[in-house]
Amino acid sequence: MKRYDAGTFDVIVVGAGHAGVEAALASARMGAKTLVLTLNLDTIAYMPCNPSVGGPAKGIVVREIDALGGEMARNIDKTHIQMKMLNTGKGPAVRALRAQADKFLYQNEMKKTMEQEENLTLRQGMVEELIIEDGVCKGVVTKTGSAYSAKTVVVTTGTYLRGKIIIGELTYESGPNNMQPSINLSHNLKELGFNMVRFKTGTPPRVNSHTIDYSKTEIQPGDDVPRAFSYETTEFITDQIPCWLTYTGEVTHELINNNLERSPMYSGMIEGTGPRYCPSIEDKIVRFNDKPRHQIFLEPEGRNTEEVYVQGLSTSLPEDVQRNMLKSIPGLEKAEMMRAGYAIEYDAIVPTQLWPSLETKLVENLFTAGQLNGTSGYEEAAGQGIMAGINAALKAKGEDPVILDRSEAYIGVLIDDLVTKGTNEPYRLLTSRAEYRLLLRHDNADLRLTEKGYEIGLIPEERYHRFLYKKEQIAKEIDRLEHTSIKTDENTQIILEKAGSSPLKEPMSAASLLKRPEITYDVIAELAPTEVEIPEIVGEQVEIQTKYAGYIDKQLQQVEKVKKMDEKKIPEDIDYFAINGLAKEAKQKLAEVRPLSVGQASRVSGVNPSDISILLVYLEQGKIAKLAN
Amino acid sequence: MEGDTITAISTPMGEAAIAIVRLSGDQALEIADKMFRGKQLLKEVESHTIHYGYIIDPDTNEKAEEVMVTVMRGPKTFTREDVVEINCHGGLVSVNRVLEIALNSGARLAEPGEFTKRAFLNGRIDLSQAEAVMDLIRAKTDRAMNVALNQMEGRLSKLIKKLRQTLLETVAHVEVNIDYPEYDAEEMTNQLLTEKLSYVKNEIESLLQTAEQGKILREGLSTVIIGRPNVGKSSLLNSLVHENKAIVTDIPGTTRDVIEEYVNVRGVPLKLVDTAGIRETEDIVERIGVERSRQVLKEADLILLLLNYGEALTEEDRKLFEAVRGMDVIVIVNKTDLNQEINMDEVQELAKGHPVVSTSIKEEEGIDELEESIKELFFTGSVEAGDMTYVSNSRHISLLKQAKRSLQDAFTGIEAGLPVDMVQIDITRTWEILGEIIGDAVSESLIDQLFSQFCLGK
Repeated sequence: MKRYDAGTFDVIVVGAGHAGVEAALASARMGAKTLVLTLNLDTIAYMPCNPSVGGPAKGIVVREIDALGGEMARNIDKTHIQMKMLNTGKGPAVRALRAQADKFLYQNEMKKTMEQEENLTLRQGMVEELIIEDGVCKGVVTKTGSAYSAKTVVVTTGTYLRGKIIIGELTYESGPNNMQPSINLSHNLKELGFNMVRFKTGTPPRVNSHTIDYSKTEIQPGDDVPRAFSYETTEFITDQIPCWLTYTGEVTHELINNNLERSPMYSGMIEGTGPRYCPSIEDKIVRFNDKPRHQIFLEPEGRNTEEVYVQGLSTSLPEDVQRNMLKSIPGLEKAEMMRAGYAIEYDAIVPTQLWPSLETKLVENLFTAGQLNGTSGYEEAAGQGIMAGINAALKAKGEDPVILDRSEAYIGVLIDDLVTKGTNEPYRLLTSRAEYRLLLRHDNADLRLTEKGYEIGLIPEERYHRFLYKKEQIAKEIDRLEHTSIKTDENTQIILEKAGSSPLKEPMSAASLLKRPEITYDVIAELAPTEVEIPEIVGEQVEIQTKYAGYIDKQLQQVEKVKKMDEKKIPEDIDYFAINGLAKEAKQKLAEVRPLSVGQASRVSGVNPSDISILLVYLEQGKIAKLAN
Repeated sequence: MEGDTITAISTPMGEAAIAIVRLSGDQALEIADKMFRGKQLLKEVESHTIHYGYIIDPDTNEKAEEVMVTVMRGPKTFTREDVVEINCHGGLVSVNRVLEIALNSGARLAEPGEFTKRAFLNGRIDLSQAEAVMDLIRAKTDRAMNVALNQMEGRLSKLIKKLRQTLLETVAHVEVNIDYPEYDAEEMTNQLLTEKLSYVKNEIESLLQTAEQGKILREGLSTVIIGRPNVGKSSLLNSLVHENKAIVTDIPGTTRDVIEEYVNVRGVPLKLVDTAGIRETEDIVERIGVERSRQVLKEADLILLLLNYGEALTEEDRKLFEAVRGMDVIVIVNKTDLNQEINMDEVQELAKGHPVVSTSIKEEEGIDELEESIKELFFTGSVEAGDMTYVSNSRHISLLKQAKRSLQDAFTGIEAGLPVDMVQIDITRTWEILGEIIGDAVSESLIDQLFSQFCLGK
């Protein structure tokens, strides 16, 4: 194929999945001339698996993306079929929004946003090769021979790299949902010296809604209060569509057990590592064979389609077994299977080859994000995407990268985990991966990150000022409550009794009273009325920040401790192999990850506290062993 | 830092019949050769052998000390460096002399803990082992030695790991409720939580109880002998000292001239405190009123209260019983060789359940019973002392106390009706603190636990 010069950009984004769109939009909005190349313009922000966005930890990421000026939150707010706040019975730190998406609308809406964005060029084309000169990425070449130059390149190829679909005994090269796989780019990355791993994921069958007997299932409606991910959303969708819950049973399990030898998982046909947190149904039956039934959620894929996603039934068993399996599930006895479930294998790069900015250590000016980095999930991809886009645009301008701290954002936890610890299975964000989850709440994502988004240039002036005003209102109201004494008069006792609380024996500050678990901000507002009107979101912040101040302070103290370690920088030219006393494994791991600080070093797996002590001793004494010239 | 040879007296001051001056480093053998008159250590002897000879003062060429010298070549040594240990007679003067000669011969005085630090830096030991070794060095009796050894072999580690596993399962259960709110796992209730946590808290508390004993093992049971004049205090002291080879140490540099004597009674180390003061003062009852004596009593782990078999109980005796109320006391009715004048029923009554032993120190009678009851008192409740896990390291004790406080916070949270995910913060914290004891704070274990305990999926 003859190459031709197809143009010059500041930033090129390869791929337009959930990582690609956020990367491209961030870069373009920061003023960088940005090109997006995708192998199919009809699958922008495509959801090849479950039609939902958010959930514990993931939902908080969506809000973080919004606070940084990203698109995912706004897009789902416009295109969902239902929304639900999860964990409402638990503490504020673990509450999370989840939306069921109309996946077709979601794509269309995102495409429209991309098309309308200034500085953004959207083109169809399959990138097959990166242009590298002296270890620096200079551009990309597509299958049709177009050569694009750029200052920086972001690769977000998802599960397309050397993708292979497996259904029972059948396997064939393919991207998700029978789309073209990207074969040559994977070879190119390997040739460049990238260490690649083979991962696996899967998806369940889809059935026709007409053929489901919903009377045998339990309804799962959305919340009846309006909800939105974005802090900017003012119009809410009220017309919601429910999901439905049913269960597998003995017959299903027997069927699976009888056909295990036809399962590629057990016949050895699949070489990729699958995630433990999203096992196929056959995995669940084998590993937890004492569990009499497994949940199956029936999730509509959109408003203008009859296709229903059978969540819980992810499988790579042969098509005929899948059909029989469906028949064994209450409500699905007569269900018409429209698409079969399948497993998909793909190449991912070992993420410890990345700096925390998501730039690769091997090739300068090359960034990677999303499933290519070994993660799983739309939100994880989008979170990396926006950071890779920001840092690619900054690098193109010659500026320092923005790196989110673990105590600042789930996105920070995600990226730090990836580049520091790596992953040996597709990585999913869980609230338990965050050590400071009380600080990383869904309700304060804007307080944590809007400032940063503004500094980067992704938050418009007007939104920033609204944010500052909200912040001020919160501070003022907390201050007021701290200085307002609640008297022990009859009125107080009546209100307290009504709120299910015990009477007040001595006067106390409104703030102290708010610390009682059963007292909400509304009760306080009744006891100590304000002169100015306090919006609900401000009241919510005041309540959470006051009620859980003790715990929040505890976590802040831990953050301070770790910060000290993070502030101890490690020189880039350190030679770990010349440090006496470091365990062999620690030497190898540290040399591989090349952490930027002692804090990061301490999180590298295989590096134990005594190695860190030794490292500290060396750093403290300035006796860093330098690389021999 | 590396390359130079360090030396120090590696046995605790004045606590053993034999003291060791240790040399470690590249020059250890050369330096030892300069000061040792016997075989040529560098050229003639094998590694890990011991040799008889003399330390000479190189300046005067005079024999300074009769010694046994152990030669150990690296890396099969504690520090992984060449090590020479000079075993000489205990006693401050002679040990100091040998040390001085070693320093004059080219060694540098080691900083406190520097041998262990070298072992640690040379990759010989990990942090928790390093700490156990520190205790090992300080261990004063055979039994204390066993405790230190057990810690190194992981007895404490095993127990801590078990507690952490319980906490981890609990946390994983809370986590699955959070991360998979719709998954049909049983909801972790506060009641369930309380059950699991109470178990861990009880275990930590009993560990902390042994910590007290661990400290005693390392430092000796601070023991005070009291009684009216001429009741036999000096004789008792001399008898204990004589029977058990005590070493008398003057600790200079302190404002008060305290004399502490260590004796090892059936594995129980006794530190006889301020016996000089007690010996000197005739009217102990009067002195009870003196603040300093009160202080001595207050700090004591064990009181040996002496009474005279040949005399009736006096007001002074009763006051003594009064003064030691609530403490660990052994009542000794001495001088059974005399005619009985004492009312034993009243003694038993005043003793309030404390052991009462009859002796005639003069006739060497009853000493065995006394020693047996000291041993029993110390090991009360334990089936077999050697099987217990003691916590003797002050860092471990402090971490266990932190863990206990953190668990208490969790209980407080439960009582206050806080959401389970908040309470879980304190549980996770406890798990981390316990992890610090065994040097395993950060890990993927929670995620692993989550997915092995629950069946989750899409």
